[in-house]
Amino acid sequence: MDLNDTPELAEYRTVVRAWLEEHAAEAPDPRADDDDAVAARRAWQRRLAEARYAAVTWPAEYGGAGLGPLQQVVVNQEIGRAGVPGIFDIIGVGMLGPTLIAHGSEDQKQRHLGPMLTADEVWCQLFSEPAAGSDLAGIQTRAKRQEDGSWRLSGQKVWTTNAQHAAFGLLLARTNFDVPKHKGLTMFVIPMDAEGITVRPLRQISGEAHFNEVFLDDVRLEPGSEVGAVDDGWAVGMTTLMFERVTIGLGGEGFGWRADRFAEALLPDDACTRDAETRHRFGEIATDFLALRFTGYRMLTSLQRGQIPGAEGALAKVTTIRAAIAAGDLICDVLGPDGLSDERFGELVSDMPGLKSAGGTEEILRNMVGERVLGLPPEPRLDKGIPFSELRAKEKAAV
Amino acid sequence: MNFALSDEQEFLKEAARGALSRVPTVEAARGALDGGDLPDLWPVAVEAGWPGLLVADAQGGAELGPLEAMLVFEELGRVLASVPLLGHLPATALLAGDDRVVPLAAGDARAAFVPAKPPTDLDAAWTTEPLLGLTRAPAPTYADGTVSGRVAWVPDAPGADALVVVLEDGRAAYVKSAAVEEASVYDVTRSLGHVTFDATPATLLETTPEDAAAAWYLAQSLIAAEAVGAIDVALATSVAYAKERHTFGRAIGSYQAVKHELVEILRGLDNARSLMYYAGWAAVDKPDEFPLAASAFRLAAGKAFDHAARAQISVHGGIGATWEHDAPLYFRRAQLHRRLLGGTAGAADRVAGELITAARAA
Repeated sequence: MDLNDTPELAEYRTVVRAWLEEHAAEAPDPRADDDDAVAARRAWQRRLAEARYAAVTWPAEYGGAGLGPLQQVVVNQEIGRAGVPGIFDIIGVGMLGPTLIAHGSEDQKQRHLGPMLTADEVWCQLFSEPAAGSDLAGIQTRAKRQEDGSWRLSGQKVWTTNAQHAAFGLLLARTNFDVPKHKGLTMFVIPMDAEGITVRPLRQISGEAHFNEVFLDDVRLEPGSEVGAVDDGWAVGMTTLMFERVTIGLGGEGFGWRADRFAEALLPDDACTRDAETRHRFGEIATDFLALRFTGYRMLTSLQRGQIPGAEGALAKVTTIRAAIAAGDLICDVLGPDGLSDERFGELVSDMPGLKSAGGTEEILRNMVGERVLGLPPEPRLDKGIPFSELRAKEKAAV
Repeated sequence: MNFALSDEQEFLKEAARGALSRVPTVEAARGALDGGDLPDLWPVAVEAGWPGLLVADAQGGAELGPLEAMLVFEELGRVLASVPLLGHLPATALLAGDDRVVPLAAGDARAAFVPAKPPTDLDAAWTTEPLLGLTRAPAPTYADGTVSGRVAWVPDAPGADALVVVLEDGRAAYVKSAAVEEASVYDVTRSLGHVTFDATPATLLETTPEDAAAAWYLAQSLIAAEAVGAIDVALATSVAYAKERHTFGRAIGSYQAVKHELVEILRGLDNARSLMYYAGWAAVDKPDEFPLAASAFRLAAGKAFDHAARAQISVHGGIGATWEHDAPLYFRRAQLHRRLLGGTAGAADRVAGELITAARAA
């Protein structure tokens, strides 16, 4: 057990800290989120990218620092310490870029990774659909190959963060309806300004619109837009989801959901800090957040040893959401009705019910962990080995 | 940065598991409910060097740290082993550097820690467990070479050769013998006693209140580590059963309702394990955080153990609630666990108090 930096890591931390101290004045306000703020945060990402702090683990040839997960954590910690925002396009740089590095063609990497890193081109992830979330392989967006090798796409995507800002998206579509559902999918790069794309914001409980719906009406894609092999999109998508787990698993405290922050919220009214029930609830919530911090260090140790992060990371997500829900409830109970309108805590109350389903619902994550970690048998399935084109009829017949 | 067990720590766990596997502790625990004798595991502990685990090499100990002690306790907890180390190890920690620790390290004599809960942000007193109810009792007092006072529910006090008593002001005293009334216990594998000091001759130790507090948090960590081992067994037993028991033509573990409950045990276990490593690390590298770390660990492990013990019974159906199965033995342990040494509720309050104090200071 050693949480201290090695001499090399301590030196790296010193350099990062010095850079951040020198440039902190250029950083935008992390809380603002109007259009000007987005432009400012993209400009800040460019500054981080130029210093090679935007994508620490990307290979140097694609603009990263070519370093390990520990250095990435050091950068995250120092950014948090400096009180400045991190990169704007977490989804692109954290999840989609690594997917392109793993599965994309050399042309795709050369064309896209640079502008993604500098936030000149923001990216979005177009996987989920209204009728396919937990069961992602059930997507119905159709991509049909044309005689000249180009593609025509039609369908609808949903829960698309940053679609309104994005230049490109990574999109999963069905290219073969006559094979079982996991086998007929292909991953594509799609320019978001293509003709036939409509982006519509989805407002949530808080009134904010963090997500969009994206409609695709006979959108044409150039030949060579596919990422990885045709009909092999499921494997490509799994890579993205693995990076998503790492990003979430190591980034929970980045949202500011930390035991010490919630403790501060109890201070203004001294009676709160003496009330037995409040203390008991807070003690339990804080314990969950502490457990998450040290589970993160355990995951990081595995990553550093070259182990692929397993399904256990899913449990960290379950704990994160549950503890954040409980924390929002507690702080708003303490603050009273005004708390619900508070920027920090009211949004926690309003956003959490939806976030419970983001990145896999709690139920689907528990299934995954139960089957892959505990080795429990899966529920019987009606879709095993059935061509996708026959699935609907079979599902209806089973009701 | 490295937040995993070292090879030596893994080996220590394996060796402990191996040593304990030679004694049928769980069967003995069931037999003891009917008045049978529990096996004497002290020779096993002595052979493994556990009594002197925390004692300096110069005084005949193994000079290992709190995390290593927790790893041994995890193994003890797995098999419900009844070894009086929960009383002994914190006592040896308070006697560090004192010659009286030498026979204790060798296992020639056995000591019991008579604990007092350190002051909180709301209560300046050192307090002990109430015999009944919620009102905590004052810790014993010291005057003219004697100690007076009564301390209830002291782990491993019956039969101890010496007592290390935490006093009302956070000092500690060494007592050769005192009146110990064996407490009737719900979990027969856990030895408890009510100790009465009536102007009992005692020697003050050269310890600080910080030392006495560290001993309290060590005890919190050790009892929590026992729970981690017990949860691990409850989970493995329940998962194995859920794979082989069939209803309506399929294994019950394939039903989401059962599967999700088993995953909930794993979630609690995983969180507790992370906090065990935190407590072990903080005890040595970040002593200021040890009260927070040990209390968070105690709370997480206690809650997870309570849940796991109940879930194990549910997954097994009616048989899980009978003496035919081991589940009731683990359930009894969990029920007593959450109510000893300040209880898991006390640990939750401590986590809150530590963080509120830190937030005020920031």
